Order: sequence, then structure tokens, then C-alpha cells
Amino acid sequence: MIEVRDLRFAWPGAASDCVVIDALSIPAGRTVFLHGPSGGGKSTLLGLLAGVLLPRVGSVSLLGTRWADLSGARRDAFRADHVGYIFQQFNLLPYLSAVDNVLLPCRFSRLRRERAAQDGGSPGHAARELLERVGLSQALWTRAAAQLSVGQQQRVAAARALIGRPEVVIADEPTSALDALLRDSFMDLLLDACHASRGTLVFVSHDERLAARFDERLSLSAVNRTASSMQAEDSL
Amino acid sequence: MSALLTLAWRSSWSRRATLSLVLLSVALSTFLLLGFEQVRTDVRENFSQSVSGTDLVVGARTGSVQLMLYAAFHVGSATNNIRMDSLAAIAQHRAVDWVVPLSLGDSHHGFAVLGTTSDYFNRFLYGDREPLVLAQGRAFTNGIDGLYGAVLGAEVAHARRYRLGDKLTLTHGSGGLPGSEHADKPFTVVGILARTGTPVDRTVHISLESLEAIHIDWVGGAPLPGVVIAPEQARKFDLAPKQVTAALVGLKGRAAVFNVQRFVSGYAGEPLMAVLPGVALDELWDVVGLGEKALLGMSAMVGVVSLAGLIAVVMAGLNERRRELAVLRAEGAGPRHVLLLLAGEGLMVTLAGALLGALATGLFIATSAPWVQAHHGVNLKLSVPSETQWMLLAAVVLAGGVASLIPAWRAYRLSLADGLSPRV
Repeated sequence: MIEVRDLRFAWPGAASDCVVIDALSIPAGRTVFLHGPSGGGKSTLLGLLAGVLLPRVGSVSLLGTRWADLSGARRDAFRADHVGYIFQQFNLLPYLSAVDNVLLPCRFSRLRRERAAQDGGSPGHAARELLERVGLSQALWTRAAAQLSVGQQQRVAAARALIGRPEVVIADEPTSALDALLRDSFMDLLLDACHASRGTLVFVSHDERLAARFDERLSLSAVNRTASSMQAEDSL
Repeated sequence: MSALLTLAWRSSWSRRATLSLVLLSVALSTFLLLGFEQVRTDVRENFSQSVSGTDLVVGARTGSVQLMLYAAFHVGSATNNIRMDSLAAIAQHRAVDWVVPLSLGDSHHGFAVLGTTSDYFNRFLYGDREPLVLAQGRAFTNGIDGLYGAVLGAEVAHARRYRLGDKLTLTHGSGGLPGSEHADKPFTVVGILARTGTPVDRTVHISLESLEAIHIDWVGGAPLPGVVIAPEQARKFDLAPKQVTAALVGLKGRAAVFNVQRFVSGYAGEPLMAVLPGVALDELWDVVGLGEKALLGMSAMVGVVSLAGLIAVVMAGLNERRRELAVLRAEGAGPRHVLLLLAGEGLMVTLAGALLGALATGLFIATSAPWVQAHHGVNLKLSVPSETQWMLLAAVVLAGGVASLIPAWRAYRLSLADGLSPRV
């Protein structure tokens, strides 16, 4: 599903690589908890997995396709088709309603639009079903995203990442802005939904309490063998 | 692509307060550019039609611009007069329909005094061959009967608050010298002309005989010492003028215009010249119209400033939008979509601003034209945009499009560099 080989990545102008991964393999349908401290190159790694960034050396492939083999436009289309992405916060376009935010991937990807239509009869129905599943009360569906609370926004973000059953869902500390109660219910609905759609979930967080609920637990500092991350590990 | 358009629209709409300010500033500069261009062309046209229906202006030999300056605008003075018998000779040319003599030199509170015949009010046309209209009263009559009767231009009557029957005295020359008043022979206002927007508005019209009468006891620009001829006594003298300053000539057909022009310049009796008023007025405009270039430059400057405002607003908003752009990137929008999104927005705002500005110009012309005509005598014409105005519109939109490429390019670079984690 996700294959990383001999990956080296440095930001332009940086003296040393900030992501160095010799090998990483995540099979389909697996939920993976990627644990790491802030500033350990988490967001960069996720950018590489989602094909937004390209490695300096080595390769990242998704569903057997190497990101680097695709043209820029094809990469964007491939990402829209197969990847759902959840940010730490500010996931939603504030000027769209909750439903329209969930439908956003269907605007960019025909594949996900068709799959959503299969699931719900129409993409709009699928979006409403998902919002119901993540527990957003119906009164909020047509409300502008800017008027939703942070917890509500993260639920909408989860629904958006799941619509049209993308093969991979990548979540970048989605619970860090939520309190304990909201965090637990968010984790429940995200894991349930991923199991239901048999999607692969790569979940990055520094909160180790969440790790027990995943199929697999990876330490970023173990995976990412940069000089600085090894130092960080030593000091721990 | 249509997905992107909808998003662009929703996104712009959510920032409508800021964007509408930019739109207004673009509209304002478009309005200035178009409005100025309209006023400029209409003023120019108005100017070049200060005299129409007159085929030739005849005067003593001088520069054509100078002849127009004193014959049409009553500015400056003639180097030489022309004799009445020369005019009679011209009038006898078979192609000549009519000749109206003009005699200048005196003034009234800074307004020019024009000695002419009552024919002037029928023959003189301005603008699109429009005749002079008497708003009140009547024209003076030629000969002894019309003595001391004055027909005022609209501006003279308005500025001095004259009404029919009021008395006024004329000043010898352009005024300023003590004792140069023709105070002994006051005139009566017999008619007031409607506004024309031409120098006619600023002119006091009297008959040639009146002009002779007030100068009957004058020699060489000063009253003859010890000689006083009362107004009524003057009627007994021969008041037929011997000389005038210039003349308007109308032809039976336009075709003969160069023929008559040659006849006048080759006239053996005295050195004369004849100019085509349209041509001379165009030449004159080139002299007085220098300021219009400066004004056009100013409007262009306003345009540049408002586009700079457009760039500044979009650039300032870019930091707030980095998260929005990252979300779009994660959902499958490419950096080129981001570029399109921002450039498209800038272009749409400029286009809407330019349209609004064009509409405002049309509305302004439609509503203010009667007022401008009444107060400034300029005939503003509401019409489809001229070629220059289309060019100006295109220039505004093009400049706006190019200007919005700057923030769009920056957003493109940012979305490439940020990946999915905007560092804000």
C-alpha cells in the first residue's frame, strides 16, 4: 500500500536532510499510529506520503505508484483520488457549509465522486450520511464552517477525509485542538469509519495514550534516521 | 475547472468587504480615465466648433492662429484693419453668399465689445450648425435706429446681472487707462442671447454705426480735447464705418472655398488673408491643448495607484489564505490551480471594476450633461465608447490582470514551499 525506500528529503536551502527513511511499508487496511515529538519532521513526512513534496533521493509509492513518476498535475489528481487528509486544525474552508466542505474531494476527483454516489445514491447523500455517522447534528449541516466549534470542525474534516472511500487517510495530529472527551469520541468515529471502509490510516500524534487503539505503532524517531532525530532519541 | 470557479467565487464572496473596496477604487480610476477622455474630446470638439457655418474668416495679413484668436475669441488685437470697400469687393465674388463684418477693440468690464451688423445673429452658427438664440429681447437694428443698443452674451448678462433696458457704458481698448470710458454715450440692453458655450457668451454686441458714434469725437485712442458731441448730435454725422477688423464669409457652395481663399489673398487693394476656421481652430487647439496631456497623465497615475492598491490588498490577504490554499492542495488542487485562483480573482475584480467605472461614466454624462451645457457650455455627448475609451478600458483590465499575477505568483511559490503545512 505505502512503500518508502531509501528516502532522503531536505527543504530547499537547508544544509542537512530532515527526513531520512531507509524503508517503511504499511499494508492496506492497516491503522498505523506514528508517534513523534514536535519538530521531528512529521508534517514533512506526511507531505511526502501525500505526494505534495518529492524526495531528494529514494522513492515513496502509494498503491504501487511512485509519486515521482507522475507529472505535477497527475500527482494532484492521484492525491485527490486516493488520499484523504486531516489537518491539526483549520481543516475547513470557512466560506463553505459543512456539507460543501465534505463534498470538496468530490469536486476535484471524479473517482471519489462516483464512489460517493455508489455509497449514498448521490455525493450529497453520501456527505449527509457521513456527517450523521460522525455525529454532527443536522441543524449544523448547512451552516458555514466558520460558525462551527473546533470539535465540530474536526468531525466535518473526518467526514471529508472519508467521502468516496479513499484508500489512504492521513491525519496530522487531528486531536491536538480537542479536549479529552471530544478526543475520545473523535478517535472512535475515525477508527470505526476507517475499519468500515477498509482504508489505511496513518495517524500522527505526540499523544501516546492514543496508540493502543491502532493495529501498529511506529516511533518517528526510530523510522526517521536523521542525525538530529537520533540525538533527540538519545536525550530521551 | 468549474469546481475551481465555484470555489473562487465563494471565496471571493466571503472576502467581499475588502474586495469591493478594491473594486471601487478600480471603478473610480476607470471613471476618471473614461470621463476625462470624454470631456477632453467633447471640449475639443466644442472648441473646434466655436465657429461653424462660416466658410472663411477674412482679416489683414497675419498668422492664421492670430486671426482666429481675435476674430473668433476676441483675444489680442489685429495688426491692421481692413477697408469696407475690400469687403464689398469680396461680397461681389460670384461664389460668396454673405459677408458679416466684425469690428473689435473696445471692452466692457473685461468682456469684448463686437461691432457688427444684425446679420451676424442670423449668419453666425456654432457647434453642430446651431444658430444664436435670443433668450430675451431682440437684436439691434442696423443704421441710425439701432444706435446705442447692445445685445449681451449670456455670460456678460449673468456676471453683471443685466436685464433688458439696463444702461451700460463701454471702455475704449481693453480698459485700465483712466479717462478711457465712453461714459458720455451709454448703451441700452436690447437683447440677451442664450448660452452657447462659445466666446459669444462673453461678448457685448453692438452695431457698427454705434461703434462709429462712440468714437466720433476720439482721435488716436483719446477724446479730442474741447470737442464734445452729445449722443443725439452724433446721429447727424455719417456713421457708415470705413474700416473693420475682420469678416466672416459664407459661400454658396463649399467647393469654391480654396478659390475664394486665393481671391482674397491675391486681392490687389490691400494685403488680406482668408483662413478656414476649422483648420485654424485645430491649430489653435494644439497650442492651448497642452494641458490635456498633463491631465491624461494624472488620470493614468490614479489608475496605477488603484492597481497598486489591488496588489497590496491581495498580498496582505495572502497570509490569511495560506491555510485555505493548503486545504485545497490536500484535496487535490495543484499549485497551478492556486495560481489560477488568485490571478482569476484579480482579473474578475478588475473587470467588474472597469465595468462599474464605465457604467458610472455613462450615468454621469447622462445626468450631468444638461447642467454642464448650461453652466460651462460644453456639450457632453452620451455615446458608445470611442476607440480611445475602449483602449483605456482594455488597458485597465490588462494592467489589473498583470498586477494580480504578482500575488498569484507569490501564492504559487508559497504553496510549493509550504506543502501541506503553512508556516504561519
